Amino acid sequence: MAGIWQELPRFLTWYNGIFLLNALLNTLLLSIIGCLAGGTIGLSLAIIRCARGRAMAVPRAFAWAFTEFFRRLPPLVVLMLAFFGASVARVDLTLFQVALIGLCLIATASLAEIVRGGIVSVHPNQWDSAAALNFGYLRCVLTVILPQAWRVIIPPAISFMLLFIKDTAFASQLGTLELTYAGKVLTTKGFSAALSYGTVLLLYFALSYALAGLGRRLETSIGIPADR
Amino acid sequence: MAFLQIADLSATYGRSPVLSGVSLAVEKGEVLSLIGPSGSGKSTLLRVLIGLLPPQAGSVTLAGQRVDYAVPAALRALRGRCAIVFQQYNLFQNMTVLNNVMVAPLKIKRRPRPEVEEEARALLGKVGLSAKLHAHPSELSGGQQQRVAIARALAVKPELLLLDEVTSALDPELVQEVLDIIRLLAQEHMTMIAVSHEMGFVREIATKVALMSEGTVVEIGTPAEIFDAPRSERARAFISKIIRAH
Repeated sequence: MAGIWQELPRFLTWYNGIFLLNALLNTLLLSIIGCLAGGTIGLSLAIIRCARGRAMAVPRAFAWAFTEFFRRLPPLVVLMLAFFGASVARVDLTLFQVALIGLCLIATASLAEIVRGGIVSVHPNQWDSAAALNFGYLRCVLTVILPQAWRVIIPPAISFMLLFIKDTAFASQLGTLELTYAGKVLTTKGFSAALSYGTVLLLYFALSYALAGLGRRLETSIGIPADR
Repeated sequence: MAFLQIADLSATYGRSPVLSGVSLAVEKGEVLSLIGPSGSGKSTLLRVLIGLLPPQAGSVTLAGQRVDYAVPAALRALRGRCAIVFQQYNLFQNMTVLNNVMVAPLKIKRRPRPEVEEEARALLGKVGLSAKLHAHPSELSGGQQQRVAIARALAVKPELLLLDEVTSALDPELVQEVLDIIRLLAQEHMTMIAVSHEMGFVREIATKVALMSEGTVVEIGTPAEIFDAPRSERARAFISKIIRAH
């Protein structure tokens, strides 16, 4: 402990501060863009997957295959796939962009499944009523089903997003500057692992604590009680 | 040709046949009541008519036009003229009473909001729910929910109203309030097909009664013919069972 106190003056420099802030910002960007893209595309995939009829057979099969494939792979493998996929396709991307694509794939597949779970949780008689009143599939989903499914979707979606912040740490394996990578760099600069990773731990905690608070507010706003 | 002509209609749930060769005709302003034991295909017939279960064979002709259930446009046209009220009300749980009644005319028929709202308020007044416009379905009794469901069905101005055991899920003291509304609709000459277990009510409002058994129509006639002088053995057995139960 005394060692950490001795290290602190050397650690608390303007340069390290900017470096950590940059890493924090990248973690935040990976998390937010991943969740937003994953949420939007995942929602679309879930809606496609729940559609009936022969005309939707191909998009439905694609949505199913995409969700099942990326949901079953470890996050690190998906990131490696994105990395090597980009090199094979000779697409010129930064490491950050590659990590972002990989993380979006992971978030999309997981959130698609969470949304699908919410959609199928709504009583089938709601579909019957809507169909009998001449609602098309998309209108039924948007006006009747999803407003009832949010209560089922939001809690696991928030829980996933909090876990997802931690998944962004895998981006460090590609050499993307984010919090875990910053911890690694700081230790190689000679700071103790306790101080470097301790700082990283605090920043991860602050980030997920703030997002958890936002999540709780969102849950309360749609009428999900905070505690029983 | 009758307003609604059903000829040799058959349907299956998976591989099990649930309707086989049903033929019926309903004239404009008539109230056809479907009676019969549970599992005889009464509710299934209504689900086929509104296009929730595709028919396997046979034909349905509404106002002189044969309905092709495989063609989305034909199905939309049919649902523009028919409405159904379900046994379990099936109100949209995320909407208020008023919005439940307004949603189809507003979003599907794309009619102007002030006009739709005025009509919806009038319909809800008719079913005695003016005081519950902004309540959600979960805040209403079963009878009230069913009355909202009737108002919602009427809001699309159907030419044919299908009623699927609309009082079966209700507590006995709530049955009457729903039957009163249907009685009123019958007096206004609304064309209806009603599946019902309320035999006294069937006798009172139906102009025609069809007895169904094992997915087919066993006997059809006026209430007096069916209840007082059933011709077939199956009809006699069913009627005598009902009389004993009452």
